[in-house]
Amino acid sequence: MYAWTLIVVLLMVMALAYHLGRKRAIASAGGVTQINTLHSLPSYYGLYAAIWAGLPALLLMGLWFGFQDQIVTSLVTANLPAEMLDGQSSGRVGLILNDIKNLATGNIVSATVTPEVQAAADQYARLARIANWAMWLAVLAVAVGGMAYAWLRTEPQMRARNRVESIFKFIMITFSSIAILTTLGIVLSVVFESFRFFQMISPLEFFLGTNWSPQIALRADQVGASGAFGAIPLFTGTLMVSLIAMLVAVPIGLMSAIYLAEYAPRNVRSIAKPVIEVLAGIPTVVYGFFAALTVAPLIRDLGALAGLNVASESALAAGLVMGIMIIPFVSSLSDDVINAVPQSMRDGSYALGATQSETIRRVIIPAALPGIVGGILLAVSRAIGETMIVVMAAGLSANLTANPLDSVTTVTVQIVTLLTGDQEFDSAKTLAAFALGLTLFLVTLVLNVIALSIVRKYREQYE
Amino acid sequence: MNITVDEMEKMTGAMSSAELASERHSRTTVGDFTAADPRMTCRNVDVWYGSKQAINGVSLDIGKNEVVSMIGPSGCGKSTFLRCLNRMNDTIDGCRVTGSIQLDGQEIYDKSLDPVPLRAQVGMVFQKPNPFPKSIYENVAYGPRIHGLTNSKAELDELVESSLEKAGLWKEVKDRLDQPGTGLSGGQQQRLCIARTIAVSPEVILMDEPCSALDPIATAIIEELIDELRANYSIAIVTHSMQQAARVSQRTAYFHLGDLIEVGETNQIFTNPQHRLTEDYITGRFG
Repeated sequence: MYAWTLIVVLLMVMALAYHLGRKRAIASAGGVTQINTLHSLPSYYGLYAAIWAGLPALLLMGLWFGFQDQIVTSLVTANLPAEMLDGQSSGRVGLILNDIKNLATGNIVSATVTPEVQAAADQYARLARIANWAMWLAVLAVAVGGMAYAWLRTEPQMRARNRVESIFKFIMITFSSIAILTTLGIVLSVVFESFRFFQMISPLEFFLGTNWSPQIALRADQVGASGAFGAIPLFTGTLMVSLIAMLVAVPIGLMSAIYLAEYAPRNVRSIAKPVIEVLAGIPTVVYGFFAALTVAPLIRDLGALAGLNVASESALAAGLVMGIMIIPFVSSLSDDVINAVPQSMRDGSYALGATQSETIRRVIIPAALPGIVGGILLAVSRAIGETMIVVMAAGLSANLTANPLDSVTTVTVQIVTLLTGDQEFDSAKTLAAFALGLTLFLVTLVLNVIALSIVRKYREQYE
Repeated sequence: MNITVDEMEKMTGAMSSAELASERHSRTTVGDFTAADPRMTCRNVDVWYGSKQAINGVSLDIGKNEVVSMIGPSGCGKSTFLRCLNRMNDTIDGCRVTGSIQLDGQEIYDKSLDPVPLRAQVGMVFQKPNPFPKSIYENVAYGPRIHGLTNSKAELDELVESSLEKAGLWKEVKDRLDQPGTGLSGGQQQRLCIARTIAVSPEVILMDEPCSALDPIATAIIEELIDELRANYSIAIVTHSMQQAARVSQRTAYFHLGDLIEVGETNQIFTNPQHRLTEDYITGRFG
């Protein structure tokens, strides 16, 4: 008896309810010829009945899935012999329960099967079967009950159309709250883990320390694993790479936007704009190996020619390639705001005898500036959060340096390295990733809020 | 309107053989299109948008110190014609102008002529007030700064003041020159645009329905201003309001479907139109 079978049955009940509701509405009006005495069209009475049959039953089913396992597990745990659980850590208990569940569902079991475990597994399987049957009965009962309720309420004066309307509104609200609650959930989980981190490492050390070396010694005599969590080198590294990226992206993106919006003939524009936007469609991992395998060696060789010592993983290489990746963000956002400047502004300027470039410099750019700044801030937050390129091209060593030819590391790179592979999730090392993530999130959030408020302010100007 | 070309020709009188021979089906304009002391002279001006002809062989003079109004139903080409006079049509893709348009005897569509300084000589005021999103002062100072008309801050201040004065706006804005021009009322904005145009000392001012976005009081103020400006400038104004044309202009030109049908003294056009189309339009039979 699978869950999806139940859903199919429920859908069938709903279809039946729709049909019956509709028929009853027509009957209560006194036949098809009398439909105009109904408050709403018959199909609304049908929909109303179908919703009553389906929605409460589906809600009950959801709740059941949410809590069945918990209840059954707690019942099984209560029946386990006390000596099996005494003195065990919560992790061990979890493992035992996992074994029981695996045994009950016929999966591979990690430990040897003792009679106690076998008994518990049998009990688990029995309870789960009962619960499953109970769910079928309960859900179908609710569905039929809902249908009956709608059936009884169907009469010509019932405002079925308005009720369906408010139910749909409720469904929309539910779905949008799912999106909002998910965001909230992610933020809260990061916040709580960061809180755990800051209990181990003081925020002062994290935000002001200049030494980043998150390896923690497993043995007392281990060398080179002091566990230092000063994140300043990561922040400066992120800042430097983003700065280089913006130095590439802003001029190129802005100039190409101005060319496309003001000078380019229509046929050039129709080709050039999509081509530039292709840059946004290239996967960042491709940019990553372009940076690591093409740009970085090129810069190193050029540096060697000029007698400079360039690291093979330099901030410059990562920043340059990231800048190229961000060009389409800057150019297409700027293009939009430049196009949003009304033609009448241009006409006004031309009519005073201004040239095209004077018009652009003195009228169009100042008018579009808030929007352009907003676009650039959005691009900055994109640059700060960008991971793949810097993982591949910027390096891992947390150098506190102002030299773009050196290797630096960024917040995102460190989060990746801290969480890659098998990790324990109660050490300061892995929890540091959450603190870094929280910092990153807050910075990009603030940038986005500023950017959006600037963009909004700009919009008001012409309305 | 179901008038064929033949009927039109009957109404407008016989065409000369030279015109019949020409490829264009341009029509003779009723009335005298010349001015006694012309500043701009247009002869046989055709305008094409791509393959569509918007203006057919229009000839018209704009005299010194006079206001010429152009009236006609929507889409008759009066705005297109106006935009030819300072080459604003250059900014429209696929727009082609042939014929002769001269400003003080200088062919403005001559290949060697740069349209940019021309537009300082022939200023334009648009249908919808379009002050730049800058301060009132900067709006007026914009043109003089671009053309380097003043040598010092004091001279610029003076020019801004005199321009605003001429546009009848000085008294209202002198205490808030640093505030945005977009914050003014519609009528004030339009006078600011006129002040902006005057600041580069043009010879001709083109006005494209300058009052259509304004209320009657603001319209009356602008109309009074146009009459005062006539003392120093030549003005061509496109308007949908026949009363306005009658109030502000000395000569009136009636356009219809890209043709200049009739032109003459404003009084005469409104009291004794010669052409049936003109009469139909001004008596409100269509348009």
